Amino acid sequence: MSQPLLKAESLTIAFAGIKAADNVSLEIEKGEFLAIIGPNGSGKTTFLNLCTGYIRPVSGEVYLEGEPITGWAPRRIARQGIARAFQIPQLFTDQTVRSNLLLGIASRQGVWDGLKPLARRRYQEEADELLELLGLSAHADAIAGTLPEGLRKLADITLALALKPRLLLLDEPTSGVSALERFSIMETLMNAMRTKGLTALFVEHDMEIVERYADRVLVWNSGSILAQGKPAEVLQDPRVVETVVGVA
Amino acid sequence: MKIIYALFAAAFAALAIVPFAAPWLQFVLTIAIAKGFAAVGVALLLRAGLISIGHAMFYAAGAYTAAFIVLWSGISDLFVLLIASTLVTAAIGALVGAYLVRYRAIFFAMLNLAVSMVFFALLSKLYGITGGTDGLRVPVPTVLGTTLTKAGFDIVLFYVALALMAIIAGLGVQFLKSPLGHAVGAIHTNEVRLEYLGVSAWSVLLIAYTISAALAGLGGAIAAVSIGHVLPEYAYWTESGHLVLTAVLGGIGGVAGPFIGSIFLEIVHTVAVGVAHNAWNLIMGATLLLVIFFLPQGLYGLVTKSADKTSSAKLGENKS
Repeated sequence: MSQPLLKAESLTIAFAGIKAADNVSLEIEKGEFLAIIGPNGSGKTTFLNLCTGYIRPVSGEVYLEGEPITGWAPRRIARQGIARAFQIPQLFTDQTVRSNLLLGIASRQGVWDGLKPLARRRYQEEADELLELLGLSAHADAIAGTLPEGLRKLADITLALALKPRLLLLDEPTSGVSALERFSIMETLMNAMRTKGLTALFVEHDMEIVERYADRVLVWNSGSILAQGKPAEVLQDPRVVETVVGVA
Repeated sequence: MKIIYALFAAAFAALAIVPFAAPWLQFVLTIAIAKGFAAVGVALLLRAGLISIGHAMFYAAGAYTAAFIVLWSGISDLFVLLIASTLVTAAIGALVGAYLVRYRAIFFAMLNLAVSMVFFALLSKLYGITGGTDGLRVPVPTVLGTTLTKAGFDIVLFYVALALMAIIAGLGVQFLKSPLGHAVGAIHTNEVRLEYLGVSAWSVLLIAYTISAALAGLGGAIAAVSIGHVLPEYAYWTESGHLVLTAVLGGIGGVAGPFIGSIFLEIVHTVAVGVAHNAWNLIMGATLLLVIFFLPQGLYGLVTKSADKTSSAKLGENKS
């Protein structure tokens, strides 16, 4: 059996005595779309921060295809193929959506070229393709900071995809958007995932989204994994209903 | 865009006839261009959201390097002095920058100020090397092996400075359009996202800082050979403040902005001193307030706005 794309082993971290991860171990297989659910403050986003190097665990290791990446800087982990989209979209808000993407595409080779234009044909074509895939073509020349929340979320995800990641981490991709937009964003995202053959992990509060789109769901509660498995089964688990579904 | 280029070409042509049309302006403009290089460096850091209140140290470093080369090695060719001063200052910038670009906001500004004042103190106190507060005299350099009179050299220097301004402006425009140029701006907007794109903000800033130091050094070297004397005051903090002011006044929207700001300030200063030598500070201050209140994008914003209006008017004429 091939090794998992991402493996976390005995991760432990606490903030002011409250454990956000308490000896947690988990694996993500290639091609999987894994959802993490759990109450607010249970440590879901902390797990993304641990995987992307934003914080270091007190103990434990994170492996990307067998290579230990614990303690690496976010930029080094990004270069190794883990890209992230944020709960609050992190864009270069004074630039157009296209410029954001061009910088993302250019950053794969490093941005050390100081004389050739960023808007070169090869990058433009790739940006256009991504914009088309994520349904943002009509907003390509809009200033990123002026877009409504739903479009900014998509632009943020597109920027992460510009890195051609091996693993995409999504922090609440549908939070802060209208009920109508939620499914539209997810359909667009799933289409992009299938087209690019991506593996993704997403933190989510919306059980409908989780049930409909996730291959597997993992329930995070007080720094521990309460349950994991197929969404249809896990979401019926009485413990999960009591701690997460009932309060989500 | 074409109109802006036409405006700049016209301004460049006007500057080129200064030695013949208004010789009194030649020295003023040479110094303005020299300070303009340093202000471009400051503006580059401003694009990253960093204010350096210490960049005059690199201006002084360039000036003193030129003086040391002439006095110690006997090499006095203008181009050797300019290239060597730029490279030495770039090296100093890389060394200082490696430490300073780890900081942001007020900490970056204050640390630059602190380092520059240490540099100023060294220039003032190391009398045996730097000439102390008396400074050092810089003999008139040769130009490609040719010895010129001071007046002849000044004309050559003016055109060299003008040509360098055009070259730096061209390269600067290319730089700002490049991935690295965009990354510098991205640090100001969202440094966290830049790191998550796999880009080291520290490295980007270090390159920007080194370039900005090199530009300031080039300006300092031009000033040194133009004035013929270098002083510790080149590195004093008020000079650093002047460079920030020049960059903001000219506008950081384009490479031409700091040059426009520098030329504007030097001319206003010269005229103000001539008209009312007791109140020139008042005139300068009032002028600055007017620009700051009415031109938030700096003088460069005024140029681009005028160009836009002309383009719109032409478009309207063509439509009708």
